[in-house]
Amino acid sequence: MVETVVFVIFGLAALFGAITMVWARNPVYSAMGLMMTMFSIAVFYVSNSAHFIAVVQVIVYAGAVMTLFLFVIMLIGVDKEEDRTENLPIQRPLALVLILSFGAAVVVAGRLAWTTGIRNPLDPVNGTVEAIGDELFKRWVLPFEITGLLLIVAAAGAIALAFFKDDDDAEVDPWR
Amino acid sequence: MDLSLSLIIFLPMGGMLLLFGFGKRIGEPGAGIVATLAVVGSFLIAVVLAFDFINGDGPAETVRWFEWLPAFGVEAELRWDQLSALMTLVVTGVGSLIHLYSIGYMRGDPGFGRFFSYLNLFITSMLILVLANNFALLFVGWELVGLSSYLLISFWFERPIAAAAGKKAFIVNRVGDVGFILALMLIFSVFGSLGFDTVFEGAHRGELTVTMATAIALLLLVGAAGKSAQLPLYVWLPDAMEGPTPVSALIHAATMVTAGVYMVARTGAIFELAPIAAATVAVVGGATALFAATIAIAQRDIKRVLAYSTISQLGYMFMGVGAAAYTAGVFHLMTHAFFKALLFLGAGSVIHGMSGEQDMHKMGGLARKMPVTFATMAIAWLAISGIPPFAGFWSKDEILGVVFERGGLWQVLWGVGLVTALLTAFYMTRMMWLTFFGEPRWDDGVEPHESPRLMTVPLVVLAGLSVVGGLVNTPFKATLEHFLDPVFEAVHLAHAPDGSLAWILAAVSVAAGIIGIGAAILRYRSRVPVEDGLGWRLLGNGYYIDDVYAGVFAGGGKLGADWLAFRFDVRGIDGAVEGIGSLTRKAGGWLRPLQTGFVRSYGLAIIAGAVGLLAWFLSRGGI
Amino acid sequence: MAVTPGWYMALAAVLFIIGAGGMLLRRNALVMFMSIELMLNAVNLTFVAAGRELNVLEGQVAVFFVMVVAAAEVVVGLAIIIAVFRRRQTASVDELTQLRG
Repeated sequence: MVETVVFVIFGLAALFGAITMVWARNPVYSAMGLMMTMFSIAVFYVSNSAHFIAVVQVIVYAGAVMTLFLFVIMLIGVDKEEDRTENLPIQRPLALVLILSFGAAVVVAGRLAWTTGIRNPLDPVNGTVEAIGDELFKRWVLPFEITGLLLIVAAAGAIALAFFKDDDDAEVDPWR
Repeated sequence: MDLSLSLIIFLPMGGMLLLFGFGKRIGEPGAGIVATLAVVGSFLIAVVLAFDFINGDGPAETVRWFEWLPAFGVEAELRWDQLSALMTLVVTGVGSLIHLYSIGYMRGDPGFGRFFSYLNLFITSMLILVLANNFALLFVGWELVGLSSYLLISFWFERPIAAAAGKKAFIVNRVGDVGFILALMLIFSVFGSLGFDTVFEGAHRGELTVTMATAIALLLLVGAAGKSAQLPLYVWLPDAMEGPTPVSALIHAATMVTAGVYMVARTGAIFELAPIAAATVAVVGGATALFAATIAIAQRDIKRVLAYSTISQLGYMFMGVGAAAYTAGVFHLMTHAFFKALLFLGAGSVIHGMSGEQDMHKMGGLARKMPVTFATMAIAWLAISGIPPFAGFWSKDEILGVVFERGGLWQVLWGVGLVTALLTAFYMTRMMWLTFFGEPRWDDGVEPHESPRLMTVPLVVLAGLSVVGGLVNTPFKATLEHFLDPVFEAVHLAHAPDGSLAWILAAVSVAAGIIGIGAAILRYRSRVPVEDGLGWRLLGNGYYIDDVYAGVFAGGGKLGADWLAFRFDVRGIDGAVEGIGSLTRKAGGWLRPLQTGFVRSYGLAIIAGAVGLLAWFLSRGGI
Repeated sequence: MAVTPGWYMALAAVLFIIGAGGMLLRRNALVMFMSIELMLNAVNLTFVAAGRELNVLEGQVAVFFVMVVAAAEVVVGLAIIIAVFRRRQTASVDELTQLRG
């Protein structure tokens, strides 16, 4: 019963945040909406007994990633309102049709089965730090190391992109 | 046995390597002496090793060097039996004499060391050819003699004619080699091996169908015709006379050109199963013999007379081996090696004495100036004309006898051979008379002189062999036939007739020779007739076969190449390439609008793909 | 009325569709990026819900990896956006059409 209440409250919150993110003209509002959705999802993680993931969600997504977004918004400037006239004529109708058909397909799929596979007959799993770590550092240790490499490469790439700026880009800009 | 047999090959090979490296430094006459000693050494070893065969019937032996091509079951292996022993003796024996002669003949030539290294290379290659115990090694020797022939024909490569002659020989031989290679492939496909023993025993057991045997034998004939200058691939041999005369004597008369005869004799087991192919060999031989003899009549260049004469005599040998008279063919090969080498060396001596003149119309009256050369060449002349008891009579007569004995249409071939014998006597007499008798017609400043001792000694030895060489296989005492019997014991040999028929045939062929000699003497006795009628010109230019080949093959090839270069390449190949290019460009043009540059369009495509995939999963009835 | 994984899945589907819509309809590069993050989050939710349903931890492990990849992607993506903005003074993807065919 408690879970139902939690689901309804945070489900509505997640939807509200998502719609806000898409709809808001000001990107700061978008970021706030997304943060709201992410918090709600963190709550769902908890109610699905994924405690470690929930914490990571809050720290990494709602914390780090969203902060990064906000920094960038600040750098670019919040006062840039975009005008909403669509200059790709078929983009909107086509997007609507595709999204709706995707939703319809999901509904059809959901009526067949939400999950496939064989249920593990053991005790319910609990996503504690210990359990996840046990899994991650034994069975998935190689992918785990590779993600470490990936993060290093991404960090180096980001530094490279931000660091090497040409001084007189206004004159030599080949795009203009 | 192992080492000594290998030494037969290794001695000239060592000489060749030594002279390749230090030929110039060793200089003259050291290089010639080294090369000659190497070949003489081989000859002496061969004599010692062959004693077993001469005394009794020593067993055929093989010497395995190393495993060469395991995939083909081919080993580098030598075979020492009576046939290869005989060939080795001929090659090294005649080769020794010609090496000796060359020391005198090539005196002062800037390429002295190079010449002898090539000569040793040739001897090495020829020995590999005759001593090989499988078709693969035989082919290696086959190609190597072709190479050394090419190198020696174009030895004076600064002269464009010599260089062109070398190329011609090489290319024409390639044509024959195609046939040979195809034959080897067929043999391998049938027997799964290239070893002589496996193949011949397999053929004897009947693993070869007649069709397949005929195909193999005809392809082998193509190869043999290329190497042995038979119709239609003979055209390179007359031009090969551009090489130094000892080369003509050694390679293009005595040894290399007989490789085809040797090969047919060696593969007799296959030809036996293919009577049509064997008959083809004989017909090709007979036609070549007559054809070349008619051309030889009208030549003015002394060496070209001998070249066409060689082709003609090779035709005899082919006639013999085609008629399954392998002993007779090999016998004629041997005697021909003696007297034709002698003729060539004698011609070389004449050219040497005449300061390089080769036109017989500018000779005459040399008998007194060059007595040794004249006397030895006269013996060779009688030998090739088939006058008993000289060597040529016995071997030629045996071939003609065998062909007659086969009966039926073979007797037509006998007639051809008889006419050829008459013509041979005629043109040889013509050559002798124009060269040695009559009034001197020398150019001004030419002082004919006898050649040095170094050159006349080989002449004398060869003359001796030309006299007695035929006695090893007479109808009265067929020593050579018994000697070679073990090699051909599996093959059904044709034999010459005996009794009164033999006497009649011998008398007829001697009569033909005497008629030829007599006619020529009558014609050239007192003066040199002007020979420039239409027929003489036709014969003198070899029926213009060279021009026909040049027009048909070279011209046709050029036309084809032109078409390929300026039509097919420009329109076809370039068109296809450019077509693909413009097609790609056009297709790119059509597909260009898909790349709008708007990220959101791409996003749309991704979602469309996702929807499509989902729809596909669902349509399969669940996920 | 007990909450089944289907509820979470349905919610995740709705969030995913909203994210997809944002990506297709907005032109601000930052908002598009956020939409992508939203879609990733929706998928993560399905992973966790399915893991709970099937009683396995792999769902949560998968979420972990998705998060790492998303973090890396955000870092590089935002760096690109800034680099582009420095040159073009715009964050609108519709103006970046130089790769048009």
